[in-house]
Amino acid sequence: MNLLTLTIILPMVGTLVLAVAPRENTQVIKFIALATSIITLVSSLLILTKYKFGRVGFQLIESHSWFKVFGIKYAVGIDGLALVLILLTTVLVPIVIVGGWNEAEGGRWSVKTFYMLILILETSLVAVFAATDVFLFYVIFEAMLVPVYFLIGGFGRGDRAAAALKFLIYSLFGGLLMLAAVIGIFIIGVHNGTLSFDVTTLSHMKISHNTQDWLFLGFFIAFAIKAPLFPFHTWLPDAAKSATPGTSILVLGVLDKVGTYGMIRFCLTLFPEATKTFAPYIIVLSVISIIYGAFLAIGQKDLNSLIAFTSISHFGFIVLGIFALTSQGITGATLYMVNHGFSTAALFLVGGWMIQRRKSTQVEDFGGLQRITPVMAWCFFIAGLSALALPGLSSFVSEILVLIGTFTRYPAAAVIGTLGIVLAALYVLILVQRALHGPLTAGNEDTPDLNLREKLAIAPVIAALVFFGFYPKPAIHLINPMTSSVMAQAGITDPTPLAGR
Amino acid sequence: MRTSSHLVYLIALPLFSAGLLLLLGRIADKWGHLLATLVSATTFGIGVAEFISMHSHTGANRAVTQKVFEWISVGNLKVDASLLLDQLSVCFVLLITGVGTLIHIYSIAYMDHDKDRRRFFAFLNLFIAAMLLLVLGDSYLNLYVGWEGVGLASYLLIGFWNQNPAYAVAAKKAFIANRIGDLGLSVAIMISFSQFGTVTFAGVKAGAPHASPAALTAIGAMLLLAAAGKSAQFPLQSWLGDAMAGPTPVSALIHAATMVTAGVYLITRSNFIFDASSTARILVVTVGVITLLFGAIVGTAKDDIKKALAASTMSQIGYMILATGLGPVGYAFAIMHLLTHGFFKAGMFLGAGSVMHGMDDEVNMRKYGGLAKLMPITAVTFGLGYLAILGVPPFAGFYSKDKIIETAFNQGGAKGIVLGGAALLGAAITAFYMTRVVVLTFAGAKRWKDGSRPHESSVLMWGPMVVLAIGSVASGFLLSFGSSLVNWLQPVVNASNSAGGKELMKPLVVSLLALAVVALGAWYAITKYRTVPEFAPEKVSIITQIARKDLYQDAFNDVVLVKPGTALTAGLVATDRNVIDGAVRLVGWFVSEISDVLRKVQNGYVRSYALTMFIGVFIGALILWVVTA
Repeated sequence: MNLLTLTIILPMVGTLVLAVAPRENTQVIKFIALATSIITLVSSLLILTKYKFGRVGFQLIESHSWFKVFGIKYAVGIDGLALVLILLTTVLVPIVIVGGWNEAEGGRWSVKTFYMLILILETSLVAVFAATDVFLFYVIFEAMLVPVYFLIGGFGRGDRAAAALKFLIYSLFGGLLMLAAVIGIFIIGVHNGTLSFDVTTLSHMKISHNTQDWLFLGFFIAFAIKAPLFPFHTWLPDAAKSATPGTSILVLGVLDKVGTYGMIRFCLTLFPEATKTFAPYIIVLSVISIIYGAFLAIGQKDLNSLIAFTSISHFGFIVLGIFALTSQGITGATLYMVNHGFSTAALFLVGGWMIQRRKSTQVEDFGGLQRITPVMAWCFFIAGLSALALPGLSSFVSEILVLIGTFTRYPAAAVIGTLGIVLAALYVLILVQRALHGPLTAGNEDTPDLNLREKLAIAPVIAALVFFGFYPKPAIHLINPMTSSVMAQAGITDPTPLAGR
Repeated sequence: MRTSSHLVYLIALPLFSAGLLLLLGRIADKWGHLLATLVSATTFGIGVAEFISMHSHTGANRAVTQKVFEWISVGNLKVDASLLLDQLSVCFVLLITGVGTLIHIYSIAYMDHDKDRRRFFAFLNLFIAAMLLLVLGDSYLNLYVGWEGVGLASYLLIGFWNQNPAYAVAAKKAFIANRIGDLGLSVAIMISFSQFGTVTFAGVKAGAPHASPAALTAIGAMLLLAAAGKSAQFPLQSWLGDAMAGPTPVSALIHAATMVTAGVYLITRSNFIFDASSTARILVVTVGVITLLFGAIVGTAKDDIKKALAASTMSQIGYMILATGLGPVGYAFAIMHLLTHGFFKAGMFLGAGSVMHGMDDEVNMRKYGGLAKLMPITAVTFGLGYLAILGVPPFAGFYSKDKIIETAFNQGGAKGIVLGGAALLGAAITAFYMTRVVVLTFAGAKRWKDGSRPHESSVLMWGPMVVLAIGSVASGFLLSFGSSLVNWLQPVVNASNSAGGKELMKPLVVSLLALAVVALGAWYAITKYRTVPEFAPEKVSIITQIARKDLYQDAFNDVVLVKPGTALTAGLVATDRNVIDGAVRLVGWFVSEISDVLRKVQNGYVRSYALTMFIGVFIGALILWVVTA
């Protein structure tokens, strides 16, 4: 068992410990969950000591036969793409636990259930990014729905049951298409004499263009629902409106990245011809997502659904970068996944604290918070600046990489996408003005500022936003080899500069 | 090229100080302003030291670079956090840190009564850091970081008193107008990379001769859009007047002397783009001319002293933008006017702040009058700035502004007459509105209520005003003596190539013409404002009415952008709920009806999951059939 498998298993172990812990003593339960997530974080950081930077291909590989008849394996391994997303997961879980220390109270089920679900979700997230066997990936991809379904439906607010069901049905629909594609690819393998679900093996397999198109769509639609991309997005605002802040962070910050991760890992490498066929259409959808999500965000009155729509706009940028099929686009999109995770975490954390204090999710109920809760207001403001990709914060680096990378192939799409940065300024600054500036709104007079626990939760997020804004090199160095490998597998090269050609 | 290891401190010191003051909070209240001022003075010291050391070299060897760290490296795109101090950027470094330090000192007294003075100084230091990065970055992407950084500092300072909703709105407006400009800078960066495979100034300069005219024009137009946003030029000018919501030292530093001139820097820095595209140059001079007249006209109708000065700033930057579009020699004159303007306009803003300080923050000039006797230092320093902006010899503006008018006329033909004529007309209107400001504020009878007790400000405030007044007197002569600035900038902008070109109008003729129209404008203001009614008269000419409404700039934006945008947003929100989510709900309803039939009495998600698995296998078999058929 290597470090990678250990990192996958650790949260599961914590879940088992929680299962035998007494349900009445919620403090103990919370500390067990926190300790588990921190041990998992340490384990994932140790991976960095074993990982060879700059090397192409999967590392820390481990493989055991599972269903021999079908060639299905428990096969895990990581490259830069998987590693940055695993680290995003293991960093965010303890932050979510500390930041939302009391968010599980008042749910349909016990606090114990909440933390067991969170840890099960962590295990499946780490596993889904680590899986190098397509069938294993599919199984975890579907299994992940279960903890999320119960997290939204059991611990949120408002019409949480309906929101959870909507999430489930959307996801099942996508999963269904993916299953069909997985079976399809297996059958083609059998025809070619390859009894394997290994993603690297499959990527070397010759598949006719027409078949590629169908299989590509099976995977892509599943991922586009998860990401989510316009017009598959309507589950997201509902889910964000109902879920607890912690669940929202894990769903929008990490779970949704499984979609964009899958696009790079499977769509681009397994079906390069289909990728080139569909890229222009997907580019159009991404640009629509960017602009559409931003306008919808401007029009929201509910803080949580506002944040959800900003994410739809940002997912548009990520998908745009991926399907621009340039090294800046793909590296930028991958970096964007990480940065968006932190940026969204900051927004939902601080937004959650504001909502908890005000007992309202309506933006109009806030107002003038800057003067009475300066620390909370500053944290929210910085989170907002990160959402509008202000230079100096990490999201800027990824956004400009995506735009530069897109422009070399699709100049019009990049220019329209750039309008998104103006709209981002609008949705962030209108929100900031309404919630933080102006005179104090009645009912906010006694709002307390952030306490020590909350400061401890938000500090690492803001530190990460600032640090990677100025010094993204470590993350970029981790991602670049993956990008060149994917581009090589898909047989694409960067356009050369036009001047003097 | 020479390298240096301490350029980075120019940015790191104020950035660190800003962060420290913000993080420490109230603990630093007692000494925060002193630290910030000290840091600002230190950056000035570093700037002066670098400037002196440049003199021991010649030509291109004067430039200094420093690579701080590798920032972004993906595929062909390699961008280092690298700094470049050359003949152009050193002018800005000295202006930013010099005027910046004076304004730090001034603010110690000006903000004395404010309980958030520490935060104010933190923002000032943040601004200094961002502005220095803007002028020191060696690539468009580095510049972009500073470019948006100063936008942030400007936003924070305009909204410094954002508990007032109008001020919060003004801050937001400034940021968003700037973002529209930033869009231009982003696109210019994207075109540069796709054309040249690099975004460094040196790389783009080397590649420019190989690029197509269309690409160069596109880059030029996008850079101009960026400049228009930052420098409040037509059509993105509307935020500057509202930005006067910020404390007056901010108006002096950011919205007069430095940040708003960043557009002029951007175009001058990109001279290799504009030199190669005559279309881009035409766009530049058009924007410059429209704005210089626009600002001047708005300035004639303002009763708020700060807004009158803001309109004037817009107009003066219009002159600078015009100059940058007039070919190589124009860049040098643009920078010269930028520097002299930095002195006289910052000085006048500080004077306005001094007046407000003595008048309980009253900004309406109709409630001033006769202040010269009570505030002699303020009146004299303001008066020297006034003579400078009018271009009266030998004050600073005479050297810089007349050169721009002269170069405009020297374009020749109809173009020369239109540009030169507009610049001359602008000078006349400038003389009118500036005389109006001086007369309303300092001359005539007192119009304030007896409750006010106007008094001269403390030495911390008038000291910086005196220094800037000296600059208003002497800087023009110093910068043009022996063509010193033109020669200094030669390695960057190639100015002397065309300096000896055609001379259609003798400098003396231009100066006499300019003096004549200025005298006319000033005389008209003096006669018109012999008596000043307490309230602005209602029955005024149509032109005055339009000018009072800022030439309907806000109404225009409202009709063209805000209203359609709001309607579009509302429409999309409804569409998302009813059409897109509606379609999803319809499918959901349909599916649930079918599965109800299929499942009969059974229920539970496990079974529906099994059902989907079943359908999946079925589709899989179907695909099997398709691919094998």
